Amino acid sequence: MERELKVKPIRNGTVIDHIAGGQALNVLKILGISGTTDASVSVVMNVPSKRLGKKDIVKVEERELGEDEVNKIALIAPSATINIVREYAVVEKFEVDLPCEIMGVVRCQNPSCISNTQEPIKSRMLVKRKNPVLLRCVYCEQPLTERIADYLI
Amino acid sequence: MFKKRHLLSMREFSREEMDSVLETAASLEPFARGKRSDMLSGKILALLFFEPSTRTRMSFETAMKRLGGSTINLGSAEASSIAKGESLADTVRVVGGYADAIVIRHPKEGSARLAAEFSPVPVLNAGDGAGHHPTQTLLDLYTIKKERHLEGISIALVGDLKYGRTVHSLAYALSLYGAEITLISPPTLRMPDQIKSDLSSRGTIVREASDLGEVMGSIDVLYVTRIQKERFPDPVEYNKVAKSYRITPESLQQMNQGLIVMHPLPRVDEISPEVDMTSHAVYFKQSFYGVPVRMALLKMMLEDEGGQEQ
Repeated sequence: MERELKVKPIRNGTVIDHIAGGQALNVLKILGISGTTDASVSVVMNVPSKRLGKKDIVKVEERELGEDEVNKIALIAPSATINIVREYAVVEKFEVDLPCEIMGVVRCQNPSCISNTQEPIKSRMLVKRKNPVLLRCVYCEQPLTERIADYLI
Repeated sequence: MFKKRHLLSMREFSREEMDSVLETAASLEPFARGKRSDMLSGKILALLFFEPSTRTRMSFETAMKRLGGSTINLGSAEASSIAKGESLADTVRVVGGYADAIVIRHPKEGSARLAAEFSPVPVLNAGDGAGHHPTQTLLDLYTIKKERHLEGISIALVGDLKYGRTVHSLAYALSLYGAEITLISPPTLRMPDQIKSDLSSRGTIVREASDLGEVMGSIDVLYVTRIQKERFPDPVEYNKVAKSYRITPESLQQMNQGLIVMHPLPRVDEISPEVDMTSHAVYFKQSFYGVPVRMALLKMMLEDEGGQEQ
């Protein structure tokens, strides 16, 4: 299916495939790539996918994603696959996987939670379910399952 | 069992641990009533209350002093370094250097857990916003055990079951004792589905009713909570609801002879003062039982260390 896409292969960088349809811009947000970036980025949205029905793809040139960034992507695109590309060849391919607990990535949606104050702590979320994602704040125990992208730090 | 351990929520308690606290509390009742003790002589308990409290703060203070220990008090937040913008994390690190344990009440949910992360000494959660208040639950269990029995009790929780933090953890704890729980509340203040399904999944029988009359005669404990005016945008609606859930001697006539009426206090209009004179009323005993229960926790956490150093 990807061969039909009119996005050329990248030489070095990361291809994030199998992003749930419509989530590519949130993936860019997680990666800290804003509208004023000078990185070469290709975004493909809502193309047919056997696995997902519709999927998005993001290609970021000259950047290999670290584990922290991959974990963040899993929050909004739990089926995403990461391809690390060097000299046009995929040298590493893996699926995103959430750890049991994530720190400093998503803020708690409870405005009365102590983690949303000026205390010297990072947000801490327990991953109760991976797909669809269900998080629970370590501090106030409030669950978070919808619109997780809105709460990315 | 509890030595050097934090006490943050009822979720951390097994039934055996609850039983152990309740048994210890029973053994300490004579001391709660004034018999002299120096079990915690030389120990200091810090009270950090960032929100108003009468019963919890004073009963912790009484419990510590009855066991021969002493207390230090943050006082009002305005008069302390909090007013200068000191973080809670720094406050508990500082106070943890002065005391053997810290009792904290704070308006933010999760504050006790944060305090536990930074404190060098055990932290007891005395209410974190709409979160947990485990010592209230333990004293409620103690009251039910003393005045009726814990095993297989039929209890009706009445009033604000949505926001009332005490009823959530009480319901959870009672589920470990095979309770039958009836929930009686206005439609807008019903217990959250998540908690109900959690109780059902533990095999607890949970029923819902919107009227006290539906459960008359079949229950052993009526646990009444305050319906707060601010939950209702319309004062007329509030008055209507408050009146329909008000407990009076008349409304208790159709109840079991041995029924007990509990309330975490403060009450406003939920229970008429005439009920105080009936044998059903146990809410003032309940507030007293906060002393032996908190004594038990303090003893279990702090004793045995006494006098070991140096």
